Amino acid sequence: MNSVMKLLRSAPPSAVFGMAVIAFYIFVAVFAPLLTPYGESEIVGAEFLAWGDEGFVLGTDNLGRDMMTRLIYGARNTIGIAFVTTCLAFLIGGVFGLMATTVGGWLDQLLGRIVDILMAIPTLIFALLILTILGTSIPVLVVVIAVLDSTRVFRLARAVSMNIVVLDFVEAARLRGEGIWWIIGREVLPNSMPPLVAEFGLRFCFVFLFISALSFLGLGLQPPTADWGSMVRDNATLITYGDITPLLPAAAIALLTIGVNFVVDWFLHKTSGLRDEH
Amino acid sequence: MSTNGAEHQVGDVLLEMRGLRIEGQSDERWQEIVHGIDLTLRRGEVLGLIGESGAGKSTIGIASMGFARPGCRITGGSIVFDGIDLTTASEETKRKIRGARIAYVAQSAAASFNPAHKLIDQYSETPVQHGILKAAEAERNAKELYRRLQLPDPDKIGYRYPHQVSGGQLQRAMTAMAMACKPDLIIFDEPTTALDVTTQIEVLAAIKDVVRQSNTAAIYITHDLAVVAQMADRIMVLRYGDLIEEGNAREMLANPKQDYTRQLLAVRTYKKADAAAQPDTPLLEVQDLSAAYGNTVLVLQDINLRVARGRTVAIVGESGSGKSTLARAITGLLPPLKGKVVFNGEELPASYKARTREQLRHLQMIYQMPDTALNPRHKVREVIGRPLSFYLGLNGETREKRILELLKMIELTPDFADRYPGELSGGQKQRVCIARALAANPEVIICDEVTSALDQLVAEEILKLLQRLQDELGVTYLFITHDLATVKAIADEIVVMLQGRVVEQGEKQDILTPPHHEYTELLLSSVPEMDPDWLDGLLEKRKAAQ
Amino acid sequence: MAKIAKMVAQRLALGLLTLFVVSLIIFLGVELLPGDLAEAILGQSATPETVAAFRRELKLDLPPHERYIAWLADILRGDLGRSLANQREISELIGVRFANTLFLAAVAAIISVPLAVTLGVLAALYRNSFYDRAVNVVTLSSISFPEFFVAYILILFLAVQGGIFPSISNVSPGLDFWDRVYRVILPALTLTLVVVAHMMRMTRASIINLLASPYIEMANLKGLSRTRIIVHHALPNALAPIINVIVINLAYLVVGVVIVEVVFVYPGLGQLFVDSVIRRDIPVVQASCLVFAATYILLNLTADVLSILSNPRLLHPK
Repeated sequence: MNSVMKLLRSAPPSAVFGMAVIAFYIFVAVFAPLLTPYGESEIVGAEFLAWGDEGFVLGTDNLGRDMMTRLIYGARNTIGIAFVTTCLAFLIGGVFGLMATTVGGWLDQLLGRIVDILMAIPTLIFALLILTILGTSIPVLVVVIAVLDSTRVFRLARAVSMNIVVLDFVEAARLRGEGIWWIIGREVLPNSMPPLVAEFGLRFCFVFLFISALSFLGLGLQPPTADWGSMVRDNATLITYGDITPLLPAAAIALLTIGVNFVVDWFLHKTSGLRDEH
Repeated sequence: MSTNGAEHQVGDVLLEMRGLRIEGQSDERWQEIVHGIDLTLRRGEVLGLIGESGAGKSTIGIASMGFARPGCRITGGSIVFDGIDLTTASEETKRKIRGARIAYVAQSAAASFNPAHKLIDQYSETPVQHGILKAAEAERNAKELYRRLQLPDPDKIGYRYPHQVSGGQLQRAMTAMAMACKPDLIIFDEPTTALDVTTQIEVLAAIKDVVRQSNTAAIYITHDLAVVAQMADRIMVLRYGDLIEEGNAREMLANPKQDYTRQLLAVRTYKKADAAAQPDTPLLEVQDLSAAYGNTVLVLQDINLRVARGRTVAIVGESGSGKSTLARAITGLLPPLKGKVVFNGEELPASYKARTREQLRHLQMIYQMPDTALNPRHKVREVIGRPLSFYLGLNGETREKRILELLKMIELTPDFADRYPGELSGGQKQRVCIARALAANPEVIICDEVTSALDQLVAEEILKLLQRLQDELGVTYLFITHDLATVKAIADEIVVMLQGRVVEQGEKQDILTPPHHEYTELLLSSVPEMDPDWLDGLLEKRKAAQ
Repeated sequence: MAKIAKMVAQRLALGLLTLFVVSLIIFLGVELLPGDLAEAILGQSATPETVAAFRRELKLDLPPHERYIAWLADILRGDLGRSLANQREISELIGVRFANTLFLAAVAAIISVPLAVTLGVLAALYRNSFYDRAVNVVTLSSISFPEFFVAYILILFLAVQGGIFPSISNVSPGLDFWDRVYRVILPALTLTLVVVAHMMRMTRASIINLLASPYIEMANLKGLSRTRIIVHHALPNALAPIINVIVINLAYLVVGVVIVEVVFVYPGLGQLFVDSVIRRDIPVVQASCLVFAATYILLNLTADVLSILSNPRLLHPK
C-alpha cells in the first residue's frame, strides 16, 4: 500500500490530472440516475433551448430533452459499452496471443496468418459492412468491435510473451512437465502484465473513439439511448449559428481519452524505465 | 617484428585524472558509482583497468574521453588530457579530440559498427571528418592497417558491410578504425570478452602488435587478469568504484599487496582431486545421436556418451560446437533426428512431452543466466517449493521444512524464502537455481555454462558448492562449458566437441596430459595465463611450428 | 538479391491472398443476411419488379459459389454492378468520388508528412527538453480528440466566426485546381491534425530507439558533428521505420476520411459509403468496401516492401 502511495506522489501533473478525470467520469457514470433531474430520454421542454432557459443549465436538444441529463447518461452508456468491448477484446486477443507463443509451432503460424489478414482490412470500413449486414444492436456492436480490436491485442500479447516464453524459467517449467495453462497463467502472464495494462488504456481510448465515431455516423448506439457521438450529430446544426453546445459531448469524449492517455503515458514511462535497469 | 618484453618507451604525462567522481541514475535517483579516482597515464604506456562487474572500469575508461553514457554524469574531479581539462572543455573542443586524439574500441564490434555503411567508409570517416586525411589516402591507410592486423583479403574486406564479416575480424577492423588518425590514446573496452578463446588469441596478438609499433598509449579494460597481464605495463585494480591496488604489471602479478587482488589471482587455481576411474555401468547414455534445427544442417553428428553415476562429465567446446544443442537433445527439448538417450537402462522418449513425470524428475537442469532462469514474479519459496509439490506431493509443514533444508544446503538463511529474485545477487540467484534442481531429488543435473555469467570469485564459490553437493548427495553432473579453467576445476571426464562432433573424450588426466588431439591442443594452449610473457611465447611457438 | 526477391514475392502473395479473403468476406457477408434477401432489404412494400431487379442484380438465382465467381469476374472486368437506389453504374458513381477522396488525402498528406517527420525528429533530438514535453502533451491531446470534434472546432473558428474558409466542401467536376484546394482546406486540416500527432510520435519513438544503439555512441566517440551523426548514421537506419510510419498513416488517411467527409459534406467515397450503408444499398457498399480495402492493403504492402528494400542486411547479403 505504501509503495502505491509513493508511486502516486511521484506522478507528474499530467498523470495526476488524468487520474482525476478518470475518477470523475467513473463517479458520474456510476451515479448518473442520482445526478440527473430528468429521465434519459424524457422530453422536458421546447427544442434547442439556449443555456439557462427555463432552468435547463445547458439548454435542450433537437427533441427538447435536457442536454445536461443526456450528457450525464451519455457518460454511462458510452463508457460502459467501450469498457465491456475492451474487456472482451482483451479476453479474446490475450488468450490467443499467449497461447500462440506458449504452444508455438503450427498454432502460432495459423493464428498469426489469420490476424495478418484481419488486420489488413480497414477496421472502420469492415465494421460498417458488418453492421450493415447484421443491423445495429448493442450486442452486435460489442462483439464486432471486440473481435476486430482483439487482433491488435493479439499482436501485442504475442510480441510481449514471445520474449518471455524463450526465457529459461519457462523452459524449466516445461521440462518439469507443467501443463500449458499453468505455464501461461503462472509463468508467462504475470511477466506480460505491464505492457498489457498500458495497452488496455490505449485500446479503451480507441474503442471509445470508435464507438463515438460510429454513433456520430448514425450507425452506433441507436436512439433514444443517450450517447455522446450521436448527440454531436443530432445537434450539429447549432454550430453554424456559433453555438458551442454540440461541442460539449465531443469535448467530454476528448477529455476522457486525454486523461487515459496521460495516465498510460506515465505508466509506460515508469515501467519501461524500470525495465532498463535489469 | 615484435620486440619481447612488455615495457616500452614511456614519455611524459598524457592523461591525468584527479578525484574523478561519477554518478549513475537508478530508480530515478542519482548515486555515486565512481568515488574519487586518481589516474595517471604517460605517453606510450598501456594501463590495464581490471575489476568485476560494478567496478566502474568501463565508466572511468569512457570518461577519459570526457564522455558519460546516458544515465551517468561526471560530478567531480578533473580529467586533464594533454593540458586540456575535459570536464570544463566545450563540446566542440572535446569533439575535436574524440576520434582524432583519443579513440575507442568497444566490446561488441557487431553492434558498434553502423549496419548501413561499409567498413572502410566507417574507417575513413574519422580522418576525413577531422580534416586530417583525404578519403583516398585514408582508404590506402586502411588497407595497410588491415594487412598489419592480419585480416583476410585486406584489399577487399573493407568494402564489405559489418554483418558480412565474422566477430573476430570485426573486432580487428574496429581496432584499425581506432588507429585511423594515429591517436595518442586508445581505450580498449573489453575488446575480446565476447569472443571464443581461439579467436581471442588472434585479436589480442593483433592489438598488442599495433599498439607497440605505433607507440600509442592505451587503457585496456577487462575483467580477466590473465588477459590484462599480456597487454599492460601497469595495472589498476578497481572494486565498486574505488581503487584497490595500483602498480607495475609484473610486480603486481608476482607480488600482490591487497587481499582482493590475491583472490582475483588465485581464482583459476581451484582444482578438484583426481578421482579414480570407475568402471561402472552408465547411468546416462547417448547413442549415435544426430540432431538438426529445422531438418537441414546437422548441428550434432553421431554423438556417443556414457556418464557413470556420481561423476562429473564436462562437455567443452567453442560457440557453434553443438554443446548446448546436445543438452537440449538429452532433455528432449530438441528431439534428435536419430539415435537415442538411455537413462538407467531404459530408453527415454525423444521429446520431453512424451516423458513421464518420474523420467523428467531424474533429469534436472541449471542454466547459464540465473537472471532469466528464475521467474521474477515468484518468491524463492515458490521457486523451490513447486518441484516439491509437483513431483513429490509435499505440502504444508513438510514442504516448508524441506524448503528450509534446501536453503541450508545452498548456504542461504531461511529469510531468503520470502525474497523475490530481484532482491538477490547473481550468485544467490544461481544458488536458488541449484536448490530448485535439487528439490526434485534428481539423479542427473545438466549444468549449462552455469558459471560463465558470474564474476570470477562468485563463479568459484558456485563450483565449490556444486562439488560439495556431489560429495554429499552423490548426484551426477553433465557440465557444459566453454571455459577450460572450469573444466580443470570440476571434471572427472572430458568430452571435447567441435562443429557438432566429439573430437576427443576420456578421463580428465588423459585429456589434459599430452599428446593431445590437434584441436584440444589449440584450445588448451589458447587459454590466457597469468604469466606476462605467455602470449609472446605462444605466438613464437606457433610461428615456429608453421 | 534472390532472398529479397523471395521476400517481396511473399509479401505480394500475402497481399493477394488478403484481397481474396476480403472479397470473400464482403461476398459472404451479404449471404448471411437472414431470410429472403431481396425482401429483407427492400422491405415488404417493394414492388415485384424491384424485387426481381434486385435478385438479378445480386444474381440470387445462381448457387452461391457460381455467384461468387461471376461477381468476382465482373469486378475484374471493371463492372461493379448497379446501385439499387438510383440504378446508376457503380463504377461511374465511385470513380469521381474516389478521385475526390484521393485528392483530399493527398492535400492532407502534403501538409502532414513533412510537418510530422520534422517535428518528430526535432522532438527526438531535443529529448526531455521543454519543447519535447510540450509536444508530447499536445500530441497526446490531439490523438485523444474525436475527428468530428476537431472538425467542428475548425468550422466554428475558421468558418463560422472567422469566415475564412467554407464550412461545406462542395466540389464539382468543373472547379479549377486552386478553388478545389481552397474548398478542401478545412477537411485537410482536420485530417492533418489527427495524423500528424500519430506520425510524429512514431517518428520520435523510432529515432530515440535508434539513438540508443551502440553505433551511435561510437559515432559520438569518433568525434563526429551532431549533423553528421544524424544525417549519416541515424537517418539511413531510421529510413525503414519512418517510411513505415508514413505509409501506415497514408493508408489511414484514405480510409479514415469517412467521418471528415460526412462532417464537411464532401462528395468523396466515404460519404457515398456511409449513405449507402444507411440506405442499405448493398452493391454500392460492397464495391466501396472493396475499393477501400484494396487501397489500404496496397499501401500497407508498399510499406512492407519498402522496409525490406531499405534494410542493409537484406540488401547486401553475406
